[in-house]
Amino acid sequence: MNEAEEKNGKVIEAVELVKRFGNFVANDRLTFSVQRGEIFGFLGANGAGKTTAMRILCGLSKPTSGKIRVAGYDVYTQSEKIKQRIGYMSQRFSLYEDLTVWENFRFFGGIYRMKSALIRERADRMLGRLGILELRDTVIASLPPGIRQKLAFSIAILHEPEIVFLDEPTGGVDPVTRRQFWEMIYEAAASGITVFVTTHYMDEAEYCNRISIMVDGKIEALDTPEQLKKTYNAGSMNDVFLKLARRNEEQKKE
Amino acid sequence: MPDVSITGEGVGKSYGTTTALKGLDFSVNKGEIFGFIGPDGAGKTTLFRILTTLLLPGSGKVSVEGYDVVKDYRILRRILGYMPGKFSLYHDLSVEENLRFFAGIFGVDVHENYHLVKDIYSQIEPFAKRRAGKLSGGMKQKLALSCALIHKPVVLVLDEPTTGVDAVSRREFWEMLLRLKSGGITIVVSTPYMDEAMRCDRVALMQQGSIMTTGTPQEIIAAFPRKIYRIKGSGILDILRLTRNMKYIRSAELFGDAVHISTENTDQAPTAGEISQYLSAQGLSGHTIKEVVAGIEDCFIDRMKQQPDKHE
Repeated sequence: MNEAEEKNGKVIEAVELVKRFGNFVANDRLTFSVQRGEIFGFLGANGAGKTTAMRILCGLSKPTSGKIRVAGYDVYTQSEKIKQRIGYMSQRFSLYEDLTVWENFRFFGGIYRMKSALIRERADRMLGRLGILELRDTVIASLPPGIRQKLAFSIAILHEPEIVFLDEPTGGVDPVTRRQFWEMIYEAAASGITVFVTTHYMDEAEYCNRISIMVDGKIEALDTPEQLKKTYNAGSMNDVFLKLARRNEEQKKE
Repeated sequence: MPDVSITGEGVGKSYGTTTALKGLDFSVNKGEIFGFIGPDGAGKTTLFRILTTLLLPGSGKVSVEGYDVVKDYRILRRILGYMPGKFSLYHDLSVEENLRFFAGIFGVDVHENYHLVKDIYSQIEPFAKRRAGKLSGGMKQKLALSCALIHKPVVLVLDEPTTGVDAVSRREFWEMLLRLKSGGITIVVSTPYMDEAMRCDRVALMQQGSIMTTGTPQEIIAAFPRKIYRIKGSGILDILRLTRNMKYIRSAELFGDAVHISTENTDQAPTAGEISQYLSAQGLSGHTIKEVVAGIEDCFIDRMKQQPDKHE
Protein backbone atom coordinates (compact mmCIF):
# COMPACT_ATOMS: atom_id res chain seq x y z
CA MET A 1 0.00 0.00 0.00
CA ASN A 2 1.45 3.38 -0.87
CA GLU A 3 0.45 6.88 0.18
CA ALA A 4 -2.06 7.71 -2.52
CA GLU A 5 -4.03 4.61 -1.74
CA GLU A 6 -3.69 4.91 2.00
CA LYS A 7 -5.50 8.22 1.96
CA ASN A 8 -8.86 7.11 0.65
CA GLY A 9 -8.89 3.31 1.12
CA LYS A 10 -9.52 2.79 -2.57
CA VAL A 11 -7.53 -0.10 -3.94
CA ILE A 12 -8.82 0.32 -7.47
CA GLU A 13 -9.81 3.65 -8.86
CA ALA A 14 -10.89 4.15 -12.46
CA VAL A 15 -12.06 7.49 -13.82
CA GLU A 16 -13.38 7.60 -17.38
CA LEU A 17 -11.50 4.49 -18.48
CA VAL A 18 -11.68 4.17 -22.26
CA LYS A 19 -10.25 1.42 -24.42
CA ARG A 20 -10.59 1.51 -28.19
CA PHE A 21 -9.55 -1.06 -30.74
CA GLY A 22 -9.68 0.88 -34.00
CA ASN A 23 -13.23 2.19 -34.24
CA PHE A 24 -14.55 -0.27 -31.70
CA VAL A 25 -15.03 1.06 -28.17
CA ALA A 26 -14.54 -1.91 -25.85
CA ASN A 27 -14.65 0.12 -22.63
CA ASP A 28 -16.67 3.30 -22.73
CA ARG A 29 -15.83 5.76 -19.92
CA LEU A 30 -15.85 3.36 -17.00
CA THR A 31 -15.80 5.10 -13.64
CA PHE A 32 -15.73 3.05 -10.47
CA SER A 33 -13.69 2.36 -7.39
CA VAL A 34 -13.14 -0.65 -5.16
CA GLN A 35 -12.43 -0.43 -1.42
CA ARG A 36 -9.81 -2.43 0.43
CA GLY A 37 -11.20 -5.79 1.57
CA GLU A 38 -14.25 -5.51 -0.64
CA ILE A 39 -15.60 -8.36 -2.79
CA PHE A 40 -16.43 -6.66 -6.06
CA GLY A 41 -18.37 -8.51 -8.75
CA PHE A 42 -17.70 -7.51 -12.35
CA LEU A 43 -20.56 -8.81 -14.45
CA GLY A 44 -21.53 -8.59 -18.07
CA ALA A 45 -22.62 -10.67 -21.03
CA ASN A 46 -20.10 -12.28 -23.39
CA GLY A 47 -18.40 -9.48 -25.28
CA ALA A 48 -19.50 -6.71 -22.90
CA GLY A 49 -15.89 -5.68 -22.30
CA LYS A 50 -15.10 -7.32 -18.95
CA THR A 51 -11.92 -9.07 -20.02
CA THR A 52 -10.56 -5.92 -21.68
CA ALA A 53 -11.08 -3.90 -18.51
CA MET A 54 -9.65 -6.62 -16.33
CA ARG A 55 -6.49 -6.84 -18.45
CA ILE A 56 -6.01 -3.12 -18.02
CA LEU A 57 -6.45 -3.32 -14.25
CA CYS A 58 -3.90 -6.15 -14.12
CA GLY A 59 -1.36 -4.01 -15.95
CA LEU A 60 -1.39 -6.25 -19.05
CA SER A 61 -2.85 -3.73 -21.46
CA LYS A 62 -2.77 0.08 -21.64
CA PRO A 63 -6.00 2.05 -21.71
CA THR A 64 -6.68 4.54 -24.51
CA SER A 65 -7.53 7.24 -21.98
CA GLY A 66 -8.71 7.76 -18.43
CA LYS A 67 -7.14 7.86 -15.02
CA ILE A 68 -6.66 4.44 -13.46
CA ARG A 69 -4.80 3.51 -10.30
CA VAL A 70 -4.48 -0.02 -8.94
CA ALA A 71 -2.98 -0.66 -5.48
CA GLY A 72 -2.01 3.00 -5.55
CA TYR A 73 -0.03 2.72 -8.80
CA ASP A 74 -0.64 4.20 -12.20
CA VAL A 75 -1.52 1.68 -14.95
CA TYR A 76 0.30 3.69 -17.63
CA THR A 77 3.67 4.02 -15.95
CA GLN A 78 3.80 1.58 -13.04
CA SER A 79 2.34 -1.63 -14.40
CA GLU A 80 5.27 -3.75 -13.13
CA LYS A 81 4.62 -2.52 -9.60
CA ILE A 82 0.96 -3.42 -10.04
CA LYS A 83 1.77 -6.94 -11.20
CA GLN A 84 3.76 -7.59 -8.05
CA ARG A 85 0.83 -6.59 -5.87
CA ILE A 86 -1.97 -8.56 -7.47
CA GLY A 87 -2.90 -12.20 -7.75
CA TYR A 88 -4.82 -13.81 -10.63
CA MET A 89 -6.83 -16.95 -11.06
CA SER A 90 -9.05 -18.16 -13.87
CA GLN A 91 -10.84 -21.38 -14.53
CA ARG A 92 -9.24 -21.72 -17.94
CA PHE A 93 -5.73 -21.72 -16.62
CA SER A 94 -4.56 -21.90 -13.07
CA LEU A 95 -2.12 -24.65 -12.19
CA TYR A 96 0.44 -26.74 -14.07
CA GLU A 97 -1.17 -30.14 -14.34
CA ASP A 98 2.07 -32.08 -14.78
CA LEU A 99 3.60 -30.63 -11.64
CA THR A 100 2.83 -31.71 -8.11
CA VAL A 101 0.98 -29.55 -5.61
CA TRP A 102 4.21 -28.52 -3.93
CA GLU A 103 5.98 -27.83 -7.25
CA ASN A 104 3.17 -25.47 -8.21
CA PHE A 105 3.55 -23.60 -4.92
CA ARG A 106 7.31 -23.38 -5.44
CA PHE A 107 6.94 -22.28 -9.05
CA PHE A 108 4.44 -19.49 -8.40
CA GLY A 109 6.17 -18.40 -5.19
CA GLY A 110 9.40 -18.24 -7.19
CA ILE A 111 7.80 -15.99 -9.80
CA TYR A 112 7.07 -13.51 -7.02
CA ARG A 113 10.62 -13.99 -5.70
CA MET A 114 9.50 -15.37 -2.40
CA LYS A 115 12.13 -17.12 -0.28
CA SER A 116 11.87 -20.93 -0.24
CA ALA A 117 11.36 -21.03 3.51
CA LEU A 118 8.45 -18.60 3.28
CA ILE A 119 6.87 -20.54 0.40
CA ARG A 120 7.16 -23.75 2.39
CA GLU A 121 5.71 -22.19 5.52
CA ARG A 122 2.71 -20.67 3.76
CA ALA A 123 2.12 -23.72 1.56
CA ASP A 124 2.03 -25.98 4.62
CA ARG A 125 -0.30 -23.62 6.42
CA MET A 126 -2.66 -23.40 3.43
CA LEU A 127 -2.63 -27.16 2.78
CA GLY A 128 -3.22 -27.76 6.48
CA ARG A 129 -6.14 -25.37 6.44
CA LEU A 130 -7.65 -27.28 3.50
CA GLY A 131 -6.93 -30.59 5.22
CA ILE A 132 -4.90 -31.92 2.29
CA LEU A 133 -1.31 -31.92 3.57
CA GLU A 134 -0.98 -35.52 2.37
CA LEU A 135 -1.53 -34.38 -1.24
CA ARG A 136 1.64 -32.29 -1.23
CA ASP A 137 3.48 -34.55 -3.67
CA THR A 138 0.50 -35.48 -5.82
CA VAL A 139 0.41 -34.45 -9.46
CA ILE A 140 -2.33 -31.87 -10.13
CA ALA A 141 -3.78 -33.86 -13.05
CA SER A 142 -4.88 -36.61 -10.69
CA LEU A 143 -6.82 -34.31 -8.34
CA PRO A 144 -10.58 -33.71 -8.52
CA PRO A 145 -11.72 -30.32 -9.83
CA GLY A 146 -12.88 -29.05 -6.45
CA ILE A 147 -9.49 -29.51 -4.83
CA ARG A 148 -7.69 -28.02 -7.81
CA GLN A 149 -9.85 -24.95 -7.58
CA LYS A 150 -9.13 -24.41 -3.90
CA LEU A 151 -5.42 -24.91 -4.57
CA ALA A 152 -5.50 -22.46 -7.44
CA PHE A 153 -7.02 -19.83 -5.18
CA SER A 154 -4.50 -20.54 -2.42
CA ILE A 155 -1.65 -20.12 -4.89
CA ALA A 156 -3.14 -16.92 -6.30
CA ILE A 157 -2.92 -15.37 -2.82
CA LEU A 158 0.33 -17.10 -1.79
CA HIS A 159 2.33 -13.86 -2.09
CA GLU A 160 -0.36 -12.01 -0.09
CA PRO A 161 -1.38 -9.64 -2.86
CA GLU A 162 -3.46 -6.54 -2.18
CA ILE A 163 -5.97 -7.56 -4.82
CA VAL A 164 -6.83 -10.91 -6.27
CA PHE A 165 -8.52 -11.04 -9.68
CA LEU A 166 -10.75 -14.06 -10.21
CA ASP A 167 -11.81 -14.57 -13.82
CA GLU A 168 -14.83 -16.89 -13.85
CA PRO A 169 -13.35 -19.03 -11.13
CA THR A 170 -16.11 -21.44 -10.17
CA GLY A 171 -17.46 -23.29 -13.22
CA GLY A 172 -18.41 -26.92 -12.96
CA VAL A 173 -17.81 -27.73 -9.31
CA ASP A 174 -20.36 -29.22 -6.95
CA PRO A 175 -22.43 -26.90 -4.77
CA VAL A 176 -20.68 -27.84 -1.54
CA THR A 177 -17.24 -27.17 -3.01
CA ARG A 178 -18.50 -23.93 -4.51
CA ARG A 179 -19.64 -22.76 -1.08
CA GLN A 180 -16.35 -23.78 0.51
CA PHE A 181 -14.62 -21.83 -2.22
CA TRP A 182 -16.66 -18.72 -1.45
CA GLU A 183 -15.90 -19.18 2.21
CA MET A 184 -12.20 -19.01 1.30
CA ILE A 185 -12.91 -15.82 -0.61
CA TYR A 186 -14.72 -14.31 2.38
CA GLU A 187 -11.79 -15.24 4.62
CA ALA A 188 -9.31 -13.65 2.19
CA ALA A 189 -11.42 -10.48 2.14
CA ALA A 190 -11.62 -10.45 5.93
CA SER A 191 -7.82 -10.59 6.02
CA GLY A 192 -7.70 -7.44 3.89
CA ILE A 193 -7.27 -8.86 0.39
CA THR A 194 -9.55 -7.15 -2.09
CA VAL A 195 -11.40 -9.55 -4.38
CA PHE A 196 -12.34 -8.60 -7.93
CA VAL A 197 -14.37 -11.34 -9.56
CA THR A 198 -16.07 -11.90 -12.92
CA THR A 199 -18.73 -14.54 -13.39
CA HIS A 200 -21.54 -15.52 -15.75
CA TYR A 201 -23.53 -17.05 -12.97
CA MET A 202 -25.81 -14.63 -11.31
CA ASP A 203 -26.35 -16.60 -8.14
CA GLU A 204 -22.63 -16.04 -7.53
CA ALA A 205 -23.19 -12.33 -7.77
CA GLU A 206 -25.20 -12.59 -4.57
CA TYR A 207 -21.96 -13.34 -2.70
CA CYS A 208 -20.40 -10.01 -3.65
CA ASN A 209 -20.51 -6.84 -1.56
CA ARG A 210 -21.03 -4.71 -4.65
CA ILE A 211 -21.59 -5.45 -8.30
CA SER A 212 -21.12 -3.63 -11.54
CA ILE A 213 -22.96 -4.79 -14.63
CA MET A 214 -21.47 -3.99 -18.01
CA VAL A 215 -23.53 -3.86 -21.17
CA ASP A 216 -21.89 -3.05 -24.52
CA GLY A 217 -18.76 -1.52 -23.02
CA LYS A 218 -20.53 0.66 -20.45
CA ILE A 219 -21.24 0.20 -16.77
CA GLU A 220 -25.02 0.18 -16.69
CA ALA A 221 -25.47 -0.44 -12.99
CA LEU A 222 -23.30 -0.47 -9.88
CA ASP A 223 -24.56 -1.17 -6.38
CA THR A 224 -25.04 -3.80 -3.70
CA PRO A 225 -26.98 -6.89 -4.86
CA GLU A 226 -29.77 -5.99 -2.45
CA GLN A 227 -30.13 -2.45 -3.77
CA LEU A 228 -29.94 -3.57 -7.41
CA LYS A 229 -32.80 -5.99 -6.85
CA LYS A 230 -34.84 -3.15 -5.34
CA THR A 231 -33.98 -0.67 -8.08
CA TYR A 232 -34.91 -3.07 -10.84
CA ASN A 233 -37.79 -4.57 -8.95
CA ALA A 234 -36.35 -8.03 -9.46
CA GLY A 235 -36.41 -11.18 -7.36
CA SER A 236 -32.89 -12.29 -8.18
CA MET A 237 -29.67 -10.99 -9.70
CA ASN A 238 -30.47 -13.09 -12.74
CA ASP A 239 -33.61 -11.04 -13.31
CA VAL A 240 -31.69 -7.79 -12.81
CA PHE A 241 -29.18 -8.90 -15.39
CA LEU A 242 -31.80 -9.96 -17.91
CA LYS A 243 -33.71 -6.68 -17.50
CA LEU A 244 -30.59 -4.63 -18.14
CA ALA A 245 -29.41 -6.70 -21.10
CA ARG A 246 -32.86 -6.91 -22.67
CA ARG A 247 -33.54 -3.19 -22.22
CA ASN A 248 -30.39 -2.52 -24.13
CA GLU A 249 -31.31 -4.84 -26.97
CA GLU A 250 -34.68 -3.16 -27.32
CA GLN A 251 -33.04 0.25 -27.49
CA LYS A 252 -30.79 -1.01 -30.26
CA LYS A 253 -33.74 -2.19 -32.31
CA GLU A 254 -35.44 1.19 -32.16
CA MET B 1 -47.77 -45.32 -17.85
CA PRO B 2 -45.99 -42.85 -20.08
CA ASP B 3 -44.16 -44.14 -23.13
CA VAL B 4 -40.51 -44.72 -22.40
CA SER B 5 -37.79 -43.42 -24.69
CA ILE B 6 -34.61 -44.39 -22.85
CA THR B 7 -33.93 -47.01 -20.21
CA GLY B 8 -30.71 -47.77 -18.41
CA GLU B 9 -30.23 -50.80 -16.16
CA GLY B 10 -27.13 -51.15 -14.02
CA VAL B 11 -25.06 -49.00 -16.35
CA GLY B 12 -21.43 -49.08 -15.23
CA LYS B 13 -18.16 -47.90 -16.72
CA SER B 14 -14.58 -47.89 -15.48
CA TYR B 15 -11.44 -46.38 -16.90
CA GLY B 16 -8.57 -48.42 -15.50
CA THR B 17 -8.99 -48.25 -11.75
CA THR B 18 -11.31 -45.24 -11.88
CA THR B 19 -15.00 -46.00 -11.72
CA ALA B 20 -16.88 -43.37 -13.72
CA LEU B 21 -20.37 -44.90 -13.46
CA LYS B 22 -21.50 -47.14 -10.63
CA GLY B 23 -24.45 -49.09 -12.01
CA LEU B 24 -27.06 -46.48 -12.91
CA ASP B 25 -30.77 -47.22 -13.30
CA PHE B 26 -32.93 -44.65 -15.01
CA SER B 27 -35.64 -44.13 -17.56
CA VAL B 28 -36.58 -41.15 -19.69
CA ASN B 29 -40.10 -40.70 -21.01
CA LYS B 30 -40.91 -39.75 -24.57
CA GLY B 31 -41.27 -36.04 -25.10
CA GLU B 32 -39.87 -34.90 -21.77
CA ILE B 33 -36.88 -32.78 -20.88
CA PHE B 34 -34.80 -34.94 -18.58
CA GLY B 35 -31.85 -33.37 -16.78
CA PHE B 36 -28.76 -35.06 -15.36
CA ILE B 37 -27.61 -32.54 -12.78
CA GLY B 38 -24.20 -32.80 -11.19
CA PRO B 39 -20.73 -31.31 -10.90
CA ASP B 40 -17.70 -32.08 -13.09
CA GLY B 41 -16.62 -35.64 -12.47
CA ALA B 42 -20.11 -36.90 -11.65
CA GLY B 43 -20.07 -39.08 -14.79
CA LYS B 44 -22.48 -37.11 -16.96
CA THR B 45 -20.29 -37.03 -20.07
CA THR B 46 -19.43 -40.74 -19.82
CA LEU B 47 -23.12 -41.55 -19.56
CA PHE B 48 -23.98 -39.36 -22.53
CA ARG B 49 -21.28 -40.94 -24.65
CA ILE B 50 -22.80 -44.33 -23.84
CA LEU B 51 -26.32 -43.09 -24.69
CA THR B 52 -25.08 -41.81 -28.03
CA THR B 53 -23.25 -45.09 -28.90
CA LEU B 54 -19.83 -43.43 -28.80
CA LEU B 55 -18.65 -45.46 -25.84
CA LEU B 56 -19.45 -49.05 -24.84
CA PRO B 57 -20.92 -49.53 -21.38
CA GLY B 58 -18.68 -51.62 -19.11
CA SER B 59 -21.73 -53.30 -17.62
CA GLY B 60 -25.50 -53.06 -17.78
CA LYS B 61 -27.84 -52.28 -20.61
CA VAL B 62 -29.10 -49.14 -22.28
CA SER B 63 -31.82 -48.89 -24.86
CA VAL B 64 -32.98 -45.81 -26.72
CA GLU B 65 -36.31 -45.89 -28.55
CA GLY B 66 -36.24 -49.67 -28.20
CA TYR B 67 -32.79 -50.04 -29.75
CA ASP B 68 -29.78 -51.38 -27.89
CA VAL B 69 -26.85 -48.93 -27.76
CA VAL B 70 -24.34 -51.71 -28.44
CA LYS B 71 -26.09 -53.87 -31.03
CA ASP B 72 -28.15 -51.28 -32.86
CA TYR B 73 -25.72 -48.38 -32.92
CA ARG B 74 -26.11 -47.85 -36.66
CA ILE B 75 -29.84 -47.26 -36.38
CA LEU B 76 -29.46 -45.18 -33.26
CA ARG B 77 -26.97 -42.81 -34.79
CA ARG B 78 -29.58 -41.84 -37.37
CA ILE B 79 -32.22 -40.97 -34.81
CA LEU B 80 -30.02 -39.33 -32.19
CA GLY B 81 -28.91 -35.71 -32.13
CA TYR B 82 -25.88 -35.02 -29.96
CA MET B 83 -24.33 -31.78 -28.85
CA PRO B 84 -21.07 -32.55 -27.03
CA GLY B 85 -19.89 -30.40 -24.15
CA LYS B 86 -16.82 -29.29 -25.99
CA PHE B 87 -17.49 -27.23 -29.12
CA SER B 88 -16.95 -29.85 -31.81
CA LEU B 89 -17.84 -28.15 -35.06
CA TYR B 90 -15.26 -27.29 -37.66
CA HIS B 91 -13.62 -24.00 -36.69
CA ASP B 92 -12.32 -23.37 -40.19
CA LEU B 93 -15.64 -23.93 -41.90
CA SER B 94 -18.17 -21.14 -42.03
CA VAL B 95 -21.49 -21.26 -40.22
CA GLU B 96 -23.40 -22.39 -43.31
CA GLU B 97 -20.69 -24.86 -44.34
CA ASN B 98 -20.93 -26.55 -40.96
CA LEU B 99 -24.67 -26.90 -41.25
CA ARG B 100 -24.38 -28.27 -44.79
CA PHE B 101 -21.66 -30.68 -43.69
CA PHE B 102 -23.78 -32.19 -40.93
CA ALA B 103 -26.81 -32.40 -43.18
CA GLY B 104 -24.61 -34.14 -45.75
CA ILE B 105 -23.35 -36.72 -43.28
CA PHE B 106 -26.91 -37.71 -42.47
CA GLY B 107 -27.94 -37.60 -46.11
CA VAL B 108 -30.57 -34.92 -45.63
CA ASP B 109 -31.12 -31.72 -47.53
CA VAL B 110 -30.64 -28.43 -45.69
CA HIS B 111 -33.49 -26.74 -47.57
CA GLU B 112 -35.92 -29.59 -47.02
CA ASN B 113 -35.21 -29.71 -43.31
CA TYR B 114 -34.66 -26.00 -42.81
CA HIS B 115 -37.97 -25.62 -40.92
CA LEU B 116 -36.54 -27.83 -38.13
CA VAL B 117 -33.78 -25.38 -37.32
CA LYS B 118 -35.27 -22.14 -38.61
CA ASP B 119 -36.10 -20.74 -35.17
CA ILE B 120 -32.54 -21.14 -33.98
CA TYR B 121 -30.53 -20.87 -37.16
CA SER B 122 -32.20 -17.65 -38.32
CA GLN B 123 -30.57 -15.91 -35.33
CA ILE B 124 -27.09 -16.70 -36.63
CA GLU B 125 -27.89 -16.55 -40.33
CA PRO B 126 -26.60 -12.96 -40.63
CA PHE B 127 -23.18 -14.47 -39.86
CA ALA B 128 -23.55 -17.38 -42.31
CA LYS B 129 -20.20 -16.65 -43.96
CA ARG B 130 -18.27 -16.27 -40.72
CA ARG B 131 -15.94 -19.04 -39.62
CA ALA B 132 -17.38 -21.04 -36.74
CA GLY B 133 -14.19 -20.52 -34.72
CA LYS B 134 -14.82 -16.76 -34.75
CA LEU B 135 -18.32 -16.90 -33.24
CA SER B 136 -19.18 -15.80 -29.71
CA GLY B 137 -20.08 -18.46 -27.13
CA GLY B 138 -23.82 -17.92 -27.52
CA MET B 139 -23.66 -18.12 -31.31
CA LYS B 140 -21.49 -21.25 -31.26
CA GLN B 141 -24.08 -22.85 -29.06
CA LYS B 142 -26.89 -22.00 -31.51
CA LEU B 143 -24.92 -23.34 -34.45
CA ALA B 144 -24.08 -26.56 -32.60
CA LEU B 145 -27.75 -27.02 -31.74
CA SER B 146 -28.75 -26.42 -35.37
CA CYS B 147 -26.23 -29.02 -36.53
CA ALA B 148 -27.55 -31.52 -33.98
CA LEU B 149 -31.13 -31.00 -35.18
CA ILE B 150 -30.82 -30.83 -38.95
CA HIS B 151 -31.39 -34.59 -39.49
CA LYS B 152 -34.62 -34.51 -37.45
CA PRO B 153 -33.53 -36.64 -34.48
CA VAL B 154 -36.09 -38.35 -32.27
CA VAL B 155 -33.91 -37.92 -29.21
CA LEU B 156 -31.68 -34.93 -28.55
CA VAL B 157 -28.73 -35.33 -26.16
CA LEU B 158 -27.11 -32.11 -24.93
CA ASP B 159 -23.99 -32.29 -22.77
CA GLU B 160 -23.61 -29.11 -20.69
CA PRO B 161 -24.95 -26.85 -23.43
CA THR B 162 -24.91 -23.74 -21.23
CA THR B 163 -21.49 -23.96 -19.61
CA GLY B 164 -19.56 -20.75 -20.18
CA VAL B 165 -22.53 -19.01 -21.76
CA ASP B 166 -23.86 -15.74 -20.34
CA ALA B 167 -27.17 -15.36 -18.54
CA VAL B 168 -29.06 -13.90 -21.50
CA SER B 169 -27.97 -16.67 -23.88
CA ARG B 170 -28.73 -19.25 -21.24
CA ARG B 171 -32.27 -17.98 -20.89
CA GLU B 172 -32.77 -17.97 -24.65
CA PHE B 173 -31.34 -21.47 -24.89
CA TRP B 174 -33.86 -22.87 -22.43
CA GLU B 175 -36.67 -21.11 -24.27
CA MET B 176 -35.50 -22.88 -27.43
CA LEU B 177 -35.51 -26.24 -25.65
CA LEU B 178 -39.09 -25.69 -24.50
CA ARG B 179 -40.16 -24.93 -28.07
CA LEU B 180 -38.37 -28.05 -29.33
CA LYS B 181 -40.07 -30.11 -26.66
CA SER B 182 -43.48 -28.91 -27.80
CA GLY B 183 -42.56 -30.38 -31.19
CA GLY B 184 -42.45 -33.81 -29.52
CA ILE B 185 -38.70 -34.45 -29.35
CA THR B 186 -37.23 -36.15 -26.27
CA ILE B 187 -34.45 -34.07 -24.71
CA VAL B 188 -31.74 -35.30 -22.37
CA VAL B 189 -29.58 -32.52 -21.00
CA SER B 190 -26.79 -32.26 -18.43
CA THR B 191 -25.70 -29.26 -16.41
CA PRO B 192 -23.61 -28.46 -13.35
CA TYR B 193 -25.98 -25.57 -12.58
CA MET B 194 -28.67 -26.38 -10.09
CA ASP B 195 -30.99 -23.57 -11.13
CA GLU B 196 -31.38 -25.18 -14.54
CA ALA B 197 -32.82 -28.26 -12.87
CA MET B 198 -36.01 -26.29 -12.29
CA ARG B 199 -36.61 -26.03 -16.02
CA CYS B 200 -36.59 -29.81 -16.59
CA ASP B 201 -39.63 -32.07 -16.38
CA ARG B 202 -37.64 -34.59 -14.37
CA VAL B 203 -34.08 -34.69 -13.13
CA ALA B 204 -31.54 -37.13 -11.79
CA LEU B 205 -29.12 -35.62 -9.27
CA MET B 206 -25.69 -37.17 -9.88
CA GLN B 207 -22.56 -37.29 -7.78
CA GLN B 208 -19.41 -39.38 -8.25
CA GLY B 209 -20.85 -41.85 -10.70
CA SER B 210 -24.12 -42.44 -8.89
CA ILE B 211 -27.64 -41.13 -9.15
CA MET B 212 -28.63 -39.80 -5.73
CA THR B 213 -32.29 -39.26 -6.55
CA THR B 214 -34.67 -38.95 -9.49
CA GLY B 215 -37.95 -37.08 -9.78
CA THR B 216 -39.61 -33.86 -10.79
CA PRO B 217 -37.84 -30.86 -9.25
CA GLN B 218 -40.98 -30.26 -7.20
CA GLU B 219 -40.98 -33.82 -5.86
CA ILE B 220 -37.34 -33.59 -4.87
CA ILE B 221 -37.90 -30.32 -3.05
CA ALA B 222 -41.04 -31.62 -1.34
CA ALA B 223 -39.10 -34.63 -0.08
CA PHE B 224 -36.52 -32.46 1.70
CA PRO B 225 -36.67 -33.85 5.20
CA ARG B 226 -35.69 -30.98 7.46
CA LYS B 227 -35.98 -27.31 8.25
CA ILE B 228 -33.84 -24.64 6.69
CA TYR B 229 -33.17 -21.24 8.19
CA ARG B 230 -31.70 -18.31 6.36
CA ILE B 231 -29.58 -15.95 8.43
CA LYS B 232 -28.42 -12.58 7.20
CA GLY B 233 -26.24 -10.07 8.97
CA SER B 234 -22.75 -8.69 9.23
CA GLY B 235 -19.99 -11.02 10.35
CA ILE B 236 -21.07 -13.84 8.08
CA LEU B 237 -17.94 -15.90 8.82
CA ASP B 238 -18.68 -15.65 12.56
CA ILE B 239 -22.25 -16.78 11.96
CA LEU B 240 -20.92 -19.81 10.08
CA ARG B 241 -18.37 -20.66 12.74
CA LEU B 242 -20.77 -20.27 15.66
CA THR B 243 -23.71 -22.12 14.16
CA ARG B 244 -21.50 -25.03 13.09
CA ASN B 245 -20.64 -25.48 16.75
CA MET B 246 -24.28 -25.71 17.79
CA LYS B 247 -25.89 -29.04 18.59
CA TYR B 248 -28.40 -30.60 16.18
CA ILE B 249 -27.25 -28.39 13.32
CA ARG B 250 -26.73 -30.60 10.31
CA SER B 251 -25.07 -28.05 8.09
CA ALA B 252 -24.31 -24.35 7.83
CA GLU B 253 -23.31 -23.13 4.39
CA LEU B 254 -22.95 -19.84 2.57
CA PHE B 255 -25.78 -19.05 0.17
CA GLY B 256 -24.91 -15.75 -1.44
CA ASP B 257 -24.56 -13.16 1.30
CA ALA B 258 -26.61 -15.28 3.73
CA VAL B 259 -26.07 -18.50 5.66
CA HIS B 260 -28.39 -21.48 5.23
CA ILE B 261 -28.68 -23.71 8.23
CA SER B 262 -30.40 -27.06 8.20
CA THR B 263 -31.26 -28.70 11.48
CA GLU B 264 -31.42 -32.37 12.41
CA ASN B 265 -34.80 -34.01 12.40
CA THR B 266 -35.35 -34.07 16.14
CA ASP B 267 -37.41 -32.25 18.74
CA GLN B 268 -34.21 -31.05 20.33
CA ALA B 269 -33.15 -29.14 17.21
CA PRO B 270 -32.98 -25.40 17.90
CA THR B 271 -35.74 -23.12 16.65
CA ALA B 272 -35.12 -19.89 14.76
CA GLY B 273 -35.56 -17.98 18.01
CA GLU B 274 -33.05 -20.16 19.84
CA ILE B 275 -30.46 -19.82 17.09
CA SER B 276 -30.95 -16.08 17.10
CA GLN B 277 -30.64 -15.89 20.90
CA TYR B 278 -27.47 -17.94 20.79
CA LEU B 279 -25.89 -15.66 18.21
CA SER B 280 -26.86 -12.56 20.17
CA ALA B 281 -25.43 -14.08 23.35
CA GLN B 282 -22.16 -14.57 21.46
CA GLY B 283 -22.11 -10.88 20.63
CA LEU B 284 -23.56 -11.09 17.12
CA SER B 285 -26.58 -8.83 17.10
CA GLY B 286 -28.43 -7.21 14.24
CA HIS B 287 -28.93 -10.37 12.22
CA THR B 288 -32.19 -11.63 10.80
CA ILE B 289 -33.28 -15.25 10.67
CA LYS B 290 -36.23 -16.87 8.97
CA GLU B 291 -37.32 -20.28 7.90
CA VAL B 292 -37.16 -20.77 4.14
CA VAL B 293 -38.34 -23.43 1.72
CA ALA B 294 -35.54 -25.68 0.48
CA GLY B 295 -34.26 -25.04 -3.01
CA ILE B 296 -32.86 -27.67 -5.32
CA GLU B 297 -29.32 -26.77 -4.19
CA ASP B 298 -30.24 -27.39 -0.56
CA CYS B 299 -31.53 -30.82 -1.63
CA PHE B 300 -28.36 -31.56 -3.57
CA ILE B 301 -26.10 -30.56 -0.68
CA ASP B 302 -28.15 -32.56 1.81
CA ARG B 303 -27.92 -35.69 -0.31
CA MET B 304 -24.22 -35.20 -0.94
CA LYS B 305 -23.69 -35.24 2.80
CA GLN B 306 -25.41 -38.61 2.99
CA GLN B 307 -22.78 -40.08 0.68
CA PRO B 308 -20.35 -42.10 2.77
CA ASP B 309 -17.48 -42.11 0.27
CA LYS B 310 -16.83 -38.41 0.00
CA HIS B 311 -13.22 -37.56 -0.71
CA GLU B 312 -13.39 -33.90 0.16
